[in-house]
Amino acid sequence: MSAPLSNFPGGLKLRGHKKRSTQQPIRKTPLSKQLVLPLQQHIGAAAVPIVEVGDNVLKGQRIARAEGHVSVCLHAPTSGVVSAIGEHAIPHPSGLSAPCITIETDGEDRWIEREQIADFRQHSAHELRQIIRDAGIVGLGGAGFPSFIKLNPGVHHTVETLLINGAECEPYITCDDMLMRERADGILDGVEIMLFALRASRCILAIEDNKPEAIAAIRYALTGRPHLSQTEIVIVPTRYPTGGEKQLIQVVTGKQVPTNKLPIDIGIVCHNPGTAYAVGRAILHGEPLISRVVTVTGTDVPHAGNFETLFGTPIKDLLDFCETKRQPDEPFIQGGPMMGYSLAGDDLPITKTANCILVGVDDVAPPAQPLPCIRCGDCADVCPASLLPQQLYWYSRAKDFEQTRNYNLFDCIECGCCDYVCPSKIPLVSYFRFSKTEIMNQQREQQKADLARERHESRLARLEREKQEKEERQRQRKAALAASKAAKAKEESTTNAESADSVNEEKA
Amino acid sequence: MLTAIIAITLLALVLGLVLGFASIRFKVEGDPIVDQIDKILPQTQCGQCSFAGCRPYAEAIAAGEVDINRCPPGGETTIQALADLLDVEPKPLDEECGVEKPKTLAVIDEDRCIGCTLCIQACPVDAILGAAKHMHTVIADECTGCELCVEPCPVDCIDMVETQPNPHTWRWPDPSHVDLQRRTGS
Repeated sequence: MSAPLSNFPGGLKLRGHKKRSTQQPIRKTPLSKQLVLPLQQHIGAAAVPIVEVGDNVLKGQRIARAEGHVSVCLHAPTSGVVSAIGEHAIPHPSGLSAPCITIETDGEDRWIEREQIADFRQHSAHELRQIIRDAGIVGLGGAGFPSFIKLNPGVHHTVETLLINGAECEPYITCDDMLMRERADGILDGVEIMLFALRASRCILAIEDNKPEAIAAIRYALTGRPHLSQTEIVIVPTRYPTGGEKQLIQVVTGKQVPTNKLPIDIGIVCHNPGTAYAVGRAILHGEPLISRVVTVTGTDVPHAGNFETLFGTPIKDLLDFCETKRQPDEPFIQGGPMMGYSLAGDDLPITKTANCILVGVDDVAPPAQPLPCIRCGDCADVCPASLLPQQLYWYSRAKDFEQTRNYNLFDCIECGCCDYVCPSKIPLVSYFRFSKTEIMNQQREQQKADLARERHESRLARLEREKQEKEERQRQRKAALAASKAAKAKEESTTNAESADSVNEEKA
Repeated sequence: MLTAIIAITLLALVLGLVLGFASIRFKVEGDPIVDQIDKILPQTQCGQCSFAGCRPYAEAIAAGEVDINRCPPGGETTIQALADLLDVEPKPLDEECGVEKPKTLAVIDEDRCIGCTLCIQACPVDAILGAAKHMHTVIADECTGCELCVEPCPVDCIDMVETQPNPHTWRWPDPSHVDLQRRTGS
């Protein structure tokens, strides 16, 4: 270790419950009959379908293209026929539907032709990023931000450190742990490419000290790559939420990411080991992102473990494969017990951001009728972002969103530590999520109102202009009429005059 | 005595110049309070307040001619924001103007549309597209839900449809109103 580790404020020591799902190696989920692929499995604009119903698709074939900058492509996870393109229920806390592509699998699992790159250093960083984008790779830690953007240092930044976030601090989840144990080499392939694309000078692999097997596996893999001398493993103490990006950066480097700034602003880029693995597969093997490792665990799962699962696989199939004691339509949690959200519905698919499916949780108190806040301050003590949850709660409850923003609501990472310690059982994070979406909605409405004002004003201006033009035309027509009348009158008068003249002449 | 008079005169001159300069240099264009009120109003341009659009209503409020509770689309939130801005007591919505309704969107039944252009002329934000004797359609993103196009339609082919949330615009429910079963996370 090069520098002594720092610490972030607050946090909790939680029971890990990780052994449950690390007893068996990563297994493959059997192929489902039907795969449902939401067009939006990432942050940004939804992908646009480029196949039609009835089309035959091959494994790895692109079925939707990226739309706009912040977007990635989507691929068929196996060979089959596109059976539907339309609304389908998606794993989202709202329980709403979104556009999806449904594929009936044919069981042959036939690959499309893959373009492998043996020496990625022959390519420019820009080309590599384009391949990563076309491969549909997003952050597999849970947020799903398009990875190619986070691999672009841009002109204004220099990236010093690539941080691989192998902390996996949330209880029950073990997909990164297992991936590091079994596919350390593949992860390092991705790390090399990421270092190259970012022009970063060093890489830190941060792993919590409750994963000795993963640490050993990565360490062993590193011995085979002497050219990765700038890469080191940093063992961080097990504490929740060390795996939060800003928290991990603080632990490893001692630096704080300022409010409203990104890690890249202090020269750090953070990626998940799963993302690194996916990048390696995409560049060196030409495989787009079509599957991920999902932890299926919980007290109601007798055969818990980690499963390499194709996207679009119905979560129900996965749970059936693990022989869970879950009843049909009984809710389960996607994500961990602290930050996950409960979902219901048997036809929801596995998506790129599904790291864990949790059925049955120990030692998290069932929701109880909340009691009044006694302002004990426990929530502020455990908050890893140094916020004042009791104040945020107060203002969220009063719907005083202006004040919640003044108290830096958007720095809240929704880790749930405050919920966990609250003696009054107040669902604090639910209040913060509520406030955040209300504020975002207000901003959307304000934008819409501004647009409407602009359009109304330009309409009024247009009507005014048209009126003036009409008046102008009328005036001109009148003027023209008057002129022609005058001309006629003049003509008449001259002819009269002429005749008078001739009469006069005759007289003379 | 004379020095005092001269001093005061000079002072008056200098300060007069400063004030004169400031009034030109820092001149405020328009009436800022009208702009502030206009910013709070929802810009539906529906005219339910009996004014021809949001801006005229804002001007009337600024002039103290009307109450702040005449905007049904803005509802309670707008009344509260106006009350805060103008430092007056909020009042319940004036029922004469209408009632607060969920957000809606105009949808033209394109099979029945005869292409009369009357709705195009009625739309305050130019959100309807079409030409004479051709089908019309509403640009959904631009529609404010003001309902002004419904009345002029001779074949009654415009419906106001409640806008449905999508995963993007969906909002977490207010936890103080949610029953325990539906609570997520912990």
